[in-house]
Amino acid sequence: MKKKIDNAQNNVTAADLYDRKTIVKLNRDIGSQNQLKGWIYLAPALLLLLVFSFYPLINTFRMAFLNGYNGLAIVGGESFSVGIENFKTVLAYSDFKQCLLNTILLCVITVPISTILALLIAVALNSIKPLQKVYQTVFFLPYVTNSIAIGMVFNAMFTRVGLGDLVQTQGIINNILGIFGIGPFNFVNVGSSWGANMFVVCTYIVWNAIPFKILVLLGGLQNVNKQYYEAAKIDGTSKVRTFFRITIPLVSPMLAYVIITSFIGGFKEYSSIVGIFGEGMGPGGNGQMNTIVGYVYNMLPKSNLGNASAASLILFGIILIVTAINGYVSKKKVHY
Amino acid sequence: MKIVLKNLSKIFPSRNKKSNGVVVAVDSLDIEIPDGKLVGLLGPSGCGKSTTLYMISGLQKPTMGQVFFGEHDVTMLEPEHRGVGLVFQNYALYPHLTVKQNIMFPLQNLKGEEKLDKEEMLRRAQEAADLVQIGDLMDRKPSELSGGQQQRVAIARALVKAPRVLLLDEPLSNLDARLRLQTREEIRRIQRETGVTTVFVTHDQEEAMSISDIIVVMKNGVKQQVGEPQKVYDDPANLFVAQFLGTPPINVFDGELSGGWLYIGNERVMDVSPDEPDRPVVVGIRPEGFIPSGNGCFSGDLKNIEVMGRDCSVVFTNEKSQKPSVRAIIDSDAGASLIGMSKVSFDLKRNKVFLFESETGDRIRF
Repeated sequence: MKKKIDNAQNNVTAADLYDRKTIVKLNRDIGSQNQLKGWIYLAPALLLLLVFSFYPLINTFRMAFLNGYNGLAIVGGESFSVGIENFKTVLAYSDFKQCLLNTILLCVITVPISTILALLIAVALNSIKPLQKVYQTVFFLPYVTNSIAIGMVFNAMFTRVGLGDLVQTQGIINNILGIFGIGPFNFVNVGSSWGANMFVVCTYIVWNAIPFKILVLLGGLQNVNKQYYEAAKIDGTSKVRTFFRITIPLVSPMLAYVIITSFIGGFKEYSSIVGIFGEGMGPGGNGQMNTIVGYVYNMLPKSNLGNASAASLILFGIILIVTAINGYVSKKKVHY
Repeated sequence: MKIVLKNLSKIFPSRNKKSNGVVVAVDSLDIEIPDGKLVGLLGPSGCGKSTTLYMISGLQKPTMGQVFFGEHDVTMLEPEHRGVGLVFQNYALYPHLTVKQNIMFPLQNLKGEEKLDKEEMLRRAQEAADLVQIGDLMDRKPSELSGGQQQRVAIARALVKAPRVLLLDEPLSNLDARLRLQTREEIRRIQRETGVTTVFVTHDQEEAMSISDIIVVMKNGVKQQVGEPQKVYDDPANLFVAQFLGTPPINVFDGELSGGWLYIGNERVMDVSPDEPDRPVVVGIRPEGFIPSGNGCFSGDLKNIEVMGRDCSVVFTNEKSQKPSVRAIIDSDAGASLIGMSKVSFDLKRNKVFLFESETGDRIRF
């Protein structure tokens, strides 16, 4: 043992000749000398991002924390004190509270429903062979359709104009319900209830959110080694247990991905509701279906930049918290 | 549990749809596997041995024929009702479950009267794990185990529900050489301890010979020979079996029967029954069938001598050999005396020489 140590001390190795810095330099890739080229190639995209993403992002923080900040600031001549006035104003508005409630409810209702439906459809698709591609295409169609257009179609489907027996026009949904002697309901027209509106919007969002999720989950399912299922079959595992103990854990990375992205998408919900109700974001423009993003857009024409920024930051905060929770849960539950 | 395969066939549609053809993976297999034996299904890849195993397990339905467990016809029985344990080639351990959960998984499926309480499950899982000597790895995930350990977990999972039949698909092919030797001993030991009828699939003849009670040699879906490894080696049914078994492989020559004698080239090497009609034949001579002799009946040009300690192998050429060189294994002392010679000649051990029909490869017993 002693001899070995002596040897190590006497022998001069390469490590003795160079210090760490030199080694790092020597080991650097030849390609890294071309870094400048890389930066130049990136420059156009980077420039656009700087102007249209990073600057507005930072400016939003600035505007949100300047009390009463408004469009006059652009003309100049007015100065603002730093504070949280904007947040106080926004949170005091009953309009905003309605928007907040709508947004959160939409997420809480549609994300689980659409995810579960998408998972079931994906599993079903994965288990059939003939026509799989055809069904896959059919299920994917909503994804490539314009959301405003779908919204208008939904409006037409659920519409009912007229009073009592004096119906002037009625959409397909009420017609179908009528066959079974149910209804008619006022889903989307003037005087319709908040609950009925919510039902229509949720249906829309679920229908619209499913295709992408199916695509991702189907990809995950197709990557699962068939032998796991054969092993489970040999051991007499029931279908239900196989689904919960094998399928779900093995696609859990994809599940986590679709859940996180659809929460984020849900909190940004806007265009679907515009599609159904128009910019008034509610039947007859009463704003009862408005969302946070809708609220932000409403503030802009009024030059109320401070309030709009504050509302955006509140939304940002919510998304941040929800995503953090998602991340925390998936760390425990997701098997990569 | 005795396993009987009767006229078992599996036919797949050919991949090429236009040709309208079919691929016969397993062709009218008749095998009887006695209770409590370790049986190796042996053959080159694509010979239908894995398909046969999957048909025994029930994961694949036979196109024709029957599978019996004991007196029971299980051909139409679902795999979960057959009471088989199957170890997959890639082990198929559930990656998200720990070793313990993996082993307990089959037990948790039990329903009704067979249902076990948690302690009993844990006890049995521990028992199975101890049997394959992974008792201390119970809380690891499969990704944290070496290939050999994963293999053991897979065996424990297959054994934990006390199957009537244990099936192993290429159990050693994913292990490195040293581990393979060790694991095959292990499989032998586990099989002896549990006494469970075991069928395993391999393309490695050495592996099959070393641990099996019985080997089944297959080629192109057809059974070639069934028997104890040594018997099959000593008495191959045809040229394929003779060539497939043994390392180094058997030496094959073009020979001729003429007037009750076997000729290889111009050399008259052995007498055969005078009733055999004169015709060309294929001659197989095991490497250990050569006895060096100054004026032996069979000769060749010496290429080189490879010394391997106890034995040495003499590599020489003979113009009638079907391969460029012929290999004879003799003991080192005899080999040493050959060094430096240009021509070598041998006498042949009669029981190491096999004759085959040159057309069909069938054995000629002379």
